Amino acid sequence: MSASAVHSLWTTAAEPISKIDPPKIEYGQLSPTLIVIGAAIVGVLIEAFVPRKSRYYTQVFVSVVALVASFAAVIGLAAGGYGTTKAGIAAMGAIAVDGPSLFLQGTILLAGLLGVFTFAERRLDPAAHGNRVDSFAAQAASVPGSDSEKAAVKAGFTTTEVFPLLLFAIGGMLIFPSANDLLTLFIALEVFSLPLYLLCAVARRKRLMSQEAAVKYFLLGAFASAFTLFGIALLYGYAGSVSYATIAQVVDGTVPQITPALADTMGNDALLLVGAAMVVMGLLFKVGAVPFHMWTPDVYQGAPTPVTGFMAAATKVAAFGALLRLLYVVLPGLRWDWRPVMWAVAIVTMLGGAIVAITQTDIKRLLAYSSIAHAGFILAGVIATSPDGVSSVLFYLGAYSFVTIGAFAVVTLVRDAGGEATHLSKWAGLGRRSPLVAAVFAVFLLAFAGIPLTSGFAGKFAVFKAAAEAGAGAIVVVGVISSAIAAFFYIRVIVLMFFSEPRPEGPTVAVPSLLTMTAIGVGVAVTLVLGVAPQYFLDLAGQAGVFVR
Amino acid sequence: MENLIALLVAAPLLGAAVLLCGGRRLDAVGHWIGTVLAALSFVFGAVLFADMLGKDPEHREMSQHLFSWIPVEGFQADVAFQLDQLSMTFVLLISGVGSLIHVYSIGYMEHDERRRRFFGYLNLFLAAMLLLVLADNYLLLYVGWEGVGLASYLLIGFWQHKPSAATAAKKAFLVNRVGDVGLSIAIMLMFTTFGTFAFGPVLASAGDSGEGTLTAIGLMLLLAACGKSAQVPLQSWLGDAMEGPTPVSALIHAATMVTAGVYLIVRSAAIFNGAPDAQLVTTVVGAVTLLFGAIVGCAKDDIKKALAGSTMSQIGYMVLAAGLGPIGYVFAIMHLVTHGFFKAGLFLGAGSVMHGMNDEVDMRKYGGLRKYMPVTFVTFGLGYLAIIGFPGLSGFFSKDMIIEAAFAKGGTEGWILGGVALLGAAITAFYMTRVMLMTFFGEERWKSRPTASPEEPSAEPAAEHHGAHAEPHPHESPKVMTIPMIVLAVGSVFGGAFFSIGDRFVHWLEPVTGHTHGHPPVSALTVTVATVTVMVLGVGLAYLQYGRRPVPVVAPRGSLLTRAARRDLLQDDFNHVVLVRGGEHLTRSLVYVDHTLVDGVVNGTAASMGGLSGRLRRLQNGFARSYAVSMFGGAAVLIAATLLMRAV
Repeated sequence: MSASAVHSLWTTAAEPISKIDPPKIEYGQLSPTLIVIGAAIVGVLIEAFVPRKSRYYTQVFVSVVALVASFAAVIGLAAGGYGTTKAGIAAMGAIAVDGPSLFLQGTILLAGLLGVFTFAERRLDPAAHGNRVDSFAAQAASVPGSDSEKAAVKAGFTTTEVFPLLLFAIGGMLIFPSANDLLTLFIALEVFSLPLYLLCAVARRKRLMSQEAAVKYFLLGAFASAFTLFGIALLYGYAGSVSYATIAQVVDGTVPQITPALADTMGNDALLLVGAAMVVMGLLFKVGAVPFHMWTPDVYQGAPTPVTGFMAAATKVAAFGALLRLLYVVLPGLRWDWRPVMWAVAIVTMLGGAIVAITQTDIKRLLAYSSIAHAGFILAGVIATSPDGVSSVLFYLGAYSFVTIGAFAVVTLVRDAGGEATHLSKWAGLGRRSPLVAAVFAVFLLAFAGIPLTSGFAGKFAVFKAAAEAGAGAIVVVGVISSAIAAFFYIRVIVLMFFSEPRPEGPTVAVPSLLTMTAIGVGVAVTLVLGVAPQYFLDLAGQAGVFVR
Repeated sequence: MENLIALLVAAPLLGAAVLLCGGRRLDAVGHWIGTVLAALSFVFGAVLFADMLGKDPEHREMSQHLFSWIPVEGFQADVAFQLDQLSMTFVLLISGVGSLIHVYSIGYMEHDERRRRFFGYLNLFLAAMLLLVLADNYLLLYVGWEGVGLASYLLIGFWQHKPSAATAAKKAFLVNRVGDVGLSIAIMLMFTTFGTFAFGPVLASAGDSGEGTLTAIGLMLLLAACGKSAQVPLQSWLGDAMEGPTPVSALIHAATMVTAGVYLIVRSAAIFNGAPDAQLVTTVVGAVTLLFGAIVGCAKDDIKKALAGSTMSQIGYMVLAAGLGPIGYVFAIMHLVTHGFFKAGLFLGAGSVMHGMNDEVDMRKYGGLRKYMPVTFVTFGLGYLAIIGFPGLSGFFSKDMIIEAAFAKGGTEGWILGGVALLGAAITAFYMTRVMLMTFFGEERWKSRPTASPEEPSAEPAAEHHGAHAEPHPHESPKVMTIPMIVLAVGSVFGGAFFSIGDRFVHWLEPVTGHTHGHPPVSALTVTVATVTVMVLGVGLAYLQYGRRPVPVVAPRGSLLTRAARRDLLQDDFNHVVLVRGGEHLTRSLVYVDHTLVDGVVNGTAASMGGLSGRLRRLQNGFARSYAVSMFGGAAVLIAATLLMRAV
């Protein structure tokens, strides 16, 4: 018996396995995301291997290089026509590379870059034990007020993990608006949400509040994710696929192939409607629309202010991007169903945010409610369901994110013994003591209020125009009324800063390093340029306003 | 040749820019720069005039398009000029008289340390006024219209250190605003009716639109004319405007700017021709004003204010003539030109008298000046003869034509208007003789001024001029002042005859304004004889009162009418009671409504929003569980609503 015969007793010659097709990955078109995610992984390795002393510099360097490189890649892709003529689906149908994707990715990357600058700021707080400190806890795991925390502070520990966390969040956000199937959408949602939950928890000052905010955000975020996931399941049941294009086809009534297991459910409109509502609800939670907004004030207030600024800007961009794609690519056939509902959401969001903001006394909460009202304004553009609607939303998001990051960066400067002085009463007379800082903040507030010659006006005008042309006149009326209400509390802060007597024990304005100055300076510059000469950027957003299917 | 038109405006505009921006460095030469540029403008005007004369009368119009000012779809506003016989007449008058007055001002303003600025303003005025008459559309005309208003404001208030001058400037400005609103409304009406502002298309298609529209436009244009030309009811500013330096009174408030209203009406002839009601109102305004001004002129002791009343009255004649339609347009402009000569001459004479009398303006403190100021006396005297219509002098021709045309209007209207015009001529003769006698004849009252004068009640607002306490030493003015007076006197003497013989002026203007020969119910000769008769009557009456009897240094109390006339026929009292008080009541009630109703609504809204905000924020209680409930409820509503939408 030969060895081979023995062997063949318990083995048979297998059928040659048909060759597995390796997935086709368009590395070039995915490069913005890949660079950022790669850099995030490098950041984790840095935490593991680079000596503590040089970690901060290495992390900042890697983050900045990664974001700049990624932004350059976006520009390269846009210049190469991937936003317009060569727009297409990459990564086996998972990612759409088209105008809105590239525009939003560019915006998120710039917001992220300014975010890195504000994260890296180490001059605002006085040095502890000879070590310069940033806004983040010395050791996030230590119990607030415990001995281990004191030891960590004394040892000069810093939480440089925030940089890879930030990069992961940005990576997720880059995928989120370009996700072209529901699973990728969900994965991206979790990839950017989880780092944000963590980042919210690591404030150096007021750590308990910070941790409370993080837990609330996490709980409510998980709750919303559950809705989203359930909605995805229902949509799969309806269409037999998670791919946007396929679902859209089924909605339009052309069923490509029936999956036998789903034969009973496919084409059941109840599944479609409930599923779509649940997925949309998850996105509305992320943008902070009423009634899914309640996490916003608490989280904005509790999170470290640089994180708040980044989150307020970039999350909104990513989530609105995803919402746009969902409504315009997947559910356009359903728009007669979702438009009235979204009308209602937009109206209560605009009014709710503006009205509740009136009685706020904390600047960060005030800005949180302001962001809710702005979510309502942007929804007005989303509802338009027209190319103008898309481009106006894109423009608004770009304008809004710079104003937001700049405004929160200014908030980090106004400090007293307890850290940032966020109570409004402490801002009284700031214009007398620090005219420049107060003037810069006034510019941001005017932009929020939508006063002409600021980007806020151009953006608001664009979305209201799109909404009005799409027949949503009522939305525009409510929007203008809400703007008037909102103008009250923005202007009130300006009045407070410039026309009130400074309080004797009022806060001081810290002199920041070049990092925060750059963030604020870029914010002001973009706000004014987009306000005075918006046409180029409106055109850009107009060219980028076509989704690929 | 067309390219010269812009230079007409550009020369004085350059002067204004250089003088007003040049600063102190130009103090020494500023007045020469201003005068040369004004004269340059006149030279351009003369060249264009010569060129125009060489052309066939029907093809004399020239135009120059500079640039599109507001090029918008459906709204075309150009900066373009149109030079025809009508604008040519004005160009020559404005730049000619303007240049003479520039020369005069060199002497008159010699001791004023802000002389350069004065010349800058004068040049600015010339530029604006030329723009006004050269514009080929109403919008550009409006620019010039506002420009002359600005120059007038700056020059009336030139001695702004005097509160009376500052107030007078403000008054002129405010009253003119009322008229300007009329012009802007007229322009808007034109735009909505005709879709353009340009003279050509507007006037060509004026006949096609309804009489109602034309009447509305015409009345608004008339309102504008009333403001700029000091016609009742917007006449109140002109008397006070005499606070400005006398050359200004001569140029702006006698010869040129105040006649812009007449230009506007004549230019818009096609509109008025289609709106008989507007024409009727125009004639009424003219007739009322010519009496109003004449009566005021009889009572004033301030020489400039007496002349201002006269100006008002003479412009009343022109407006009356313009309101008569094609039988009057030409004579309105002719009287405007001759009036420009003799009234400017009279004002310059008055300025010369003031110059020699320590800036005294009260004629009761003049007397017997003919010996001391022979040149002034003769030139002023010729102007005087011209204005009262002494046969052969220019006023005789132009005024006579207007009176004839008024009678020729026909019917009762014709008789009334003609009668008023005749009565005006009599009063004109009366008050001008009064001025002449009080100034140049009789006792030398400036010598016999009692030393105890401070205790006397001063009857006239001229009391502010009491700066000169020393006894004046009347003397003739320098040549730089007398030569312009002589030139204007020549114009006053021969202008009328030159224009009238062979109907020269009529033929000149006819292609632009059109002309119909009027047929008065009585023969032209009768009208002329009547005019001369009433003139003699007026002169005689004045002689009886002011020549035969000594003139009291202190004004007597006078009759009720005299006292009213001294107060400008109560115009300011009227304005005060009706407009100021009425305005105060209106604003007070508006403020009340604002406080109670508007603020009530606003504050109420704000308070309710605040309350709502306070209640809503209680939902934000900080518990994650409540937030989750809210989200759950929201999701439920969202799903339910989506399903519901499908169901309905």
